[in-house]
Amino acid sequence: MTRMFLLRVVVLLTLLLGVNYVAWRWVFSLNWDAWWIAVPLVAAETYSLIDVCLFGMTMWHARTRPLPPPPPEGATVDVFITTYNEPIDLVMTTALAAQRITHPHTTWILDDGARAEMRDAAAAAGLSYLTRGEEWDDRPRHAKAGNINNALMATTGEYLLILDADQIPRPTILDNTLGYFTDDRVALVQTPQVFSNVATGDPLGSQAPLFYGPIQQGKDGWNAAFFCGSNALLRRDALMQLGIVGYVRELDQSIGSALRNAARAVQKSRRHPAARNPAVLAALDAVALAIAEAREQLRDRAPFAEVTYELHRRVDEATMSIVAVDLASMEEDLREIRALAAGSALGTSMAEHLAEVNSTVAVLATRDLSPLNALEAVQAALRAIAIDRPDEAQPVMPLATISVTEDMATSMRLHALGWKSVYHHELLADGLAPEDVGTMLIQRLRWAQGTMQVLLRENPLTQWKMALPQRLMYFATMWSYFAGYAAVVYFAAPIVFLILGILPVDTNTFDFFVRFIPFFVVNQLLFLIAGRGVPTWRGQQYSLALFPVWINACTTAFQNVVLGTPLGFAVTPKTRQATGAQWGLIKAQLVVMGLLVIAIIVGVLRMVFNDAEPIGTSVNIAWAIYDLVVLSVLLKAATYQGFEPKENLS
Amino acid sequence: MEFHTELLPEGIVAIAGEGRLNMVSAPELRAVVEKEIGAGHTRVVVDLSEIEFIDSSGLGALVGCLKGARQAGGDLRIAGPNKQVTMVLQLSNLDRVLKSYGTAGDAYRE
Repeated sequence: MTRMFLLRVVVLLTLLLGVNYVAWRWVFSLNWDAWWIAVPLVAAETYSLIDVCLFGMTMWHARTRPLPPPPPEGATVDVFITTYNEPIDLVMTTALAAQRITHPHTTWILDDGARAEMRDAAAAAGLSYLTRGEEWDDRPRHAKAGNINNALMATTGEYLLILDADQIPRPTILDNTLGYFTDDRVALVQTPQVFSNVATGDPLGSQAPLFYGPIQQGKDGWNAAFFCGSNALLRRDALMQLGIVGYVRELDQSIGSALRNAARAVQKSRRHPAARNPAVLAALDAVALAIAEAREQLRDRAPFAEVTYELHRRVDEATMSIVAVDLASMEEDLREIRALAAGSALGTSMAEHLAEVNSTVAVLATRDLSPLNALEAVQAALRAIAIDRPDEAQPVMPLATISVTEDMATSMRLHALGWKSVYHHELLADGLAPEDVGTMLIQRLRWAQGTMQVLLRENPLTQWKMALPQRLMYFATMWSYFAGYAAVVYFAAPIVFLILGILPVDTNTFDFFVRFIPFFVVNQLLFLIAGRGVPTWRGQQYSLALFPVWINACTTAFQNVVLGTPLGFAVTPKTRQATGAQWGLIKAQLVVMGLLVIAIIVGVLRMVFNDAEPIGTSVNIAWAIYDLVVLSVLLKAATYQGFEPKENLS
Repeated sequence: MEFHTELLPEGIVAIAGEGRLNMVSAPELRAVVEKEIGAGHTRVVVDLSEIEFIDSSGLGALVGCLKGARQAGGDLRIAGPNKQVTMVLQLSNLDRVLKSYGTAGDAYRE
């Protein structure tokens, strides 16, 4: 209670002193003569202030939950282990551990690689095994989200435990978490992701103790704990509801526009040479009328299935009529031939004959002989008016497929539907983290890209069905991924000053420090109290040091969402990719480090020989040293040779 | 759940179940409908009059069957939902897609 009170006081102080500092920076201390560095700097500082305000808001309600009640009576559970190309041994370690989970359940290996050895290993251990069906061939596979959506259709458990192939569950993982579902509105229980193969000091920044701890607890306080893809339990009914609602929404958008396109296509084809045929013209009129009436029915909110069925029936009728007209003369000939034949032999009855002609018509209409089929644009537009989502393997896609991080998008939609989520702060699975800098960089890039895709496709700020704090909780995480741009400025500012002598801040030393120091101190205090002693320095280093990754993620996600360029999605490899130091992967950061070292040397020389202003220069040298210390984490990361368990060292 | 199938005139097939159409029985319904479609009965009506309760998985099965029927050139319709089922259809917005007919016999009547 007292800690919470203290925390809130510090949050308010941070806000107050932060606004005091940044407002002063904008209004009174901007060096407009050097606007090209001064404006970016103050913009970066504003970015950081918003970041820390969102963090303060997250912490405002941080809650430690009491233990949940026992699991609901007779709860049925499917445990899903998702894999694509991870080594069979690794998947089996996780799967066998899953088999040992004490609460009754069925363990499934969802093998997106459809590997025979994987199937055999699963069968040998008595585990259930699933791959995609042929309906997924030639259709978007949607990576892990598609894998789970496929499994949802083939399984029946009331609750699902999702595990990545490298997250080894502990036997109590279900017993300790299922109880939350006794609340009918709870759809998601997320537990922490902690890695057991991390060396002392965590050189690759694998652990996220601030996120799987205070931050998720803070989000939980606002009913906005995120789904993080693994080590999470989900309520099947909630997911399926998400799928149904999404299916209807998708139809709502696609059918209206498909009808508009079809109407346009019909108009266009009236100018087609084939339309000179009066029969074709009449058919086009019939199709146009059917489309117009379908649009009117939809405006009156008639059900899509009824409207589209009737429309397609009338279009088929029109198509048949053309073929029938075309065949009329042919039929005349046929009749004569048959009459001749009847004269000489047994012959065919009239009814049989007519049935034969009718079936010929039906066959011709479905083949490409119909004159209507010559008008391909109309046909294509009509095909798009479908309620079975022919472009997708499954009409119902419970897990969101708008992003490579399906997890965040899914929990956002669950919250928008009014479901609750829970963050359960207990270590119930032991993960394996990447062991080389290259793999780590790919993983971070993927998370950042996915987060940006969600921001661009379903901006949480405009998801009106969520409460404002929930929207801000999602936005806070997305906002933090813009850190790359701020980092560039924070690295550039001291270099610019020390080498070029240009100071972006136009003030005297006292005015600056009297505003900056109090803000800086409460800011650090806030992290200290909120973090409750978890190590946060590694995370702070990486949020700045990985600036090229964050910037790359922002630009590629933007190109992907706006221009449709593929992301170049890669599955994170679970075993080490290369040996030896990997300097090539951190080139940009090495250049920045070089510039910082030069800047410090130049700064010292100018202070000694050139009478440079001592306080400003010292502050900037200190700042550059701080930047170097931040970036130094990458030197350890690039030379890291992977985790060696202690017993192997002795 | 046991599903009963009955052939109606004009090659229409009515499929009826009793009790709870939920995550457990939904795959069974899908299997029955797939079988009928495979047998050439592509115009399907699912009779919900004896279904007391439906959940999102049950709705998912209906959508999946609708897709199967449409792809085979037929249709899937629903008939006789009770109050709870009607409410679930409305809450999920699926009533925007599927029209509920009074009885299985009404479903394909012009």
